[in-house]
Amino acid sequence: MTGAPSTPWIPLSPTLLRMRLTEIGVVTAILGVLGAVAAWSAGGVAAAGITVGVIVACGAAAWWFVRNRFRAWGYLEREEDLEVRRGVMVQRLSVVPYGRMQFVEITAGPVERLFGLSTVKLHTAAAASDARIPGLDPDEAARLRDRLAALGEAKAAGL
Amino acid sequence: MSGGGAGTDWQRLHPLSPVVRSGRAALPLLALAVASAPRGGSPTATFFFEVGLAVLALVLGLVHWLVTRWVFDGATLRIETGLVRRDSQQLPVARIQAVDIVEPFLARIFGLAELRIRVAGAKAASRLAYLSEPVATDLRARLLATHHGLDQSVPEPDERPVAVIPTGRLVGSVVLSGPTLGVVLFVGALIALPSVSTRAAAGVAGSLVVYLLTIGTAIWRRFNEQYGFTVAVAPDGIRIRRGLLGKVAETIPIRRVQAVRQIEPLLWRLFGWCRLEVDLAGVPGHDRSGGAGRVTKALLPVGPLDMAAYLRQIVLGPIEPRRRPPPRRARAKAPLSYHFLSAGHDETMAVAVTGRVQKVTCWVPLEKVQSVRRVQGPVQRALRLATVHVDVAGKHVGAALRDRDVDDADRLVSELAALSRGARRRVSVGAGAEPRPTPVAAGWFADPAARHQARYWDGGRWTEHVADDGVTAIDHM
Repeated sequence: MTGAPSTPWIPLSPTLLRMRLTEIGVVTAILGVLGAVAAWSAGGVAAAGITVGVIVACGAAAWWFVRNRFRAWGYLEREEDLEVRRGVMVQRLSVVPYGRMQFVEITAGPVERLFGLSTVKLHTAAAASDARIPGLDPDEAARLRDRLAALGEAKAAGL
Repeated sequence: MSGGGAGTDWQRLHPLSPVVRSGRAALPLLALAVASAPRGGSPTATFFFEVGLAVLALVLGLVHWLVTRWVFDGATLRIETGLVRRDSQQLPVARIQAVDIVEPFLARIFGLAELRIRVAGAKAASRLAYLSEPVATDLRARLLATHHGLDQSVPEPDERPVAVIPTGRLVGSVVLSGPTLGVVLFVGALIALPSVSTRAAAGVAGSLVVYLLTIGTAIWRRFNEQYGFTVAVAPDGIRIRRGLLGKVAETIPIRRVQAVRQIEPLLWRLFGWCRLEVDLAGVPGHDRSGGAGRVTKALLPVGPLDMAAYLRQIVLGPIEPRRRPPPRRARAKAPLSYHFLSAGHDETMAVAVTGRVQKVTCWVPLEKVQSVRRVQGPVQRALRLATVHVDVAGKHVGAALRDRDVDDADRLVSELAALSRGARRRVSVGAGAEPRPTPVAAGWFADPAARHQARYWDGGRWTEHVADDGVTAIDHM
């Protein structure tokens, strides 16, 4: 990101990275075992070895990808607007003025709940606004929600 | 039916409304029944079934008519309807955004009209279907007069016609559109093929029939809807009248316009024609469900560029930010659209041109901006380019300032965010935080100095912008 911002970007919670890596590990392990058994019964030990190798390589690639994606994600609470940046291949930066927020949504999927995380999403009247911050501690999520809601009310403007 | 009096008695819809309401469903069924009736022999079960359905539709329409009533007491229009689930609507005049008159073909035969009233914050337009045409016009005038704080008896404000689309041009625009060119290709193939292979020609003829049936309805609908398209400027917005069999008179409230788009298809450019569209704000709270958040209306279905520019000035004011093309190296990323790409902005508006075959120009007033985004793909990164999106209310509505230089894009993001903040603040301070209707919305009106045909009123004062026969000029009052 060029044009280095004066305020540092707030990264996502490291727990989110742990959660993603666990997901990849579990999926890789299950696929590896299933693939190995299937290949072994069909073509012997060599086939099983190749299958496991390919699956582990895919897992490693996903690991690398997820880590980079995690590092690229960040948000910035500025005086008048919230900035969210994300993306590795396609890099996106969204600037959403507090006054334009219609509502703030906090969601937490089953896996997220297991790790004690939640996702905050900002909704404006424009469907394309795209301001989502995943992997926040519940306290931070609640703080962000309240702060955004308060700021949104203070700076609200009609359509 | 009392004429112009401020009666507080409940009134019914026109007695013929059930016929028109059910007519659409009942007429085809009756036609079907007559067609399938056996000659001479006794009627079959299907015949009774079809007639029964038609009668049922009529009875339902009659029940709806019996339980529906309305009253206007000078401040609120109340509509009550529903037999099982009673539905009572209170439409405060102050919150009315638009009152449209729609006359479907069947209603026109009986001299009836439907009144559609859009209220701020409501899910859908409230409908009064049907009133006799004079009653509808009279009620509309009374609603609008009280909305603007005038006495009910004040007649509807004058509207100034600014553009009419001749039938010839409408036909030309339909002929020069994609589907019709498909027909030309088909016919060409039909003429050329028989000398080569009769089997192939027969096949092409078959597909031509199917193709004609599919596009025929679409073309007819377009012609029917856009026939006699008239644009007029009225104090409450831009009034559009159109329609061949069914007639529609609709009002576009200028304050709700989020973006203006000008589209120039390839073949239309030969004649210097374009289409002008406006995006209106959707209903709050409904923006997440499907396309409900976006309402696109044609301001000019087909017309010359200078007429489009004139109409655009009426909506957005006489502002035209300078556009600049992206750096030359963007040609490598967008070889097919580079010749069109350009973008620019000033303190109040952003404008962007995109498109490959058809040229699309999009203007976004900065006070409507919901968010600013900067997107950079891998190819763009390699070329040090980035795209800046300016989003307004709706589903993927807004301007895309494509393939700008990276430093340019970074500056644009912060600049556009700051400018839209300022523009928004100016507007909310000017009109009060609550979007209450200003006494007279901005627009072109008869020149009070009587030196020109029209002068621009910016909502608060007269400006130096004047117009004569669609040509704008500067003349200080």
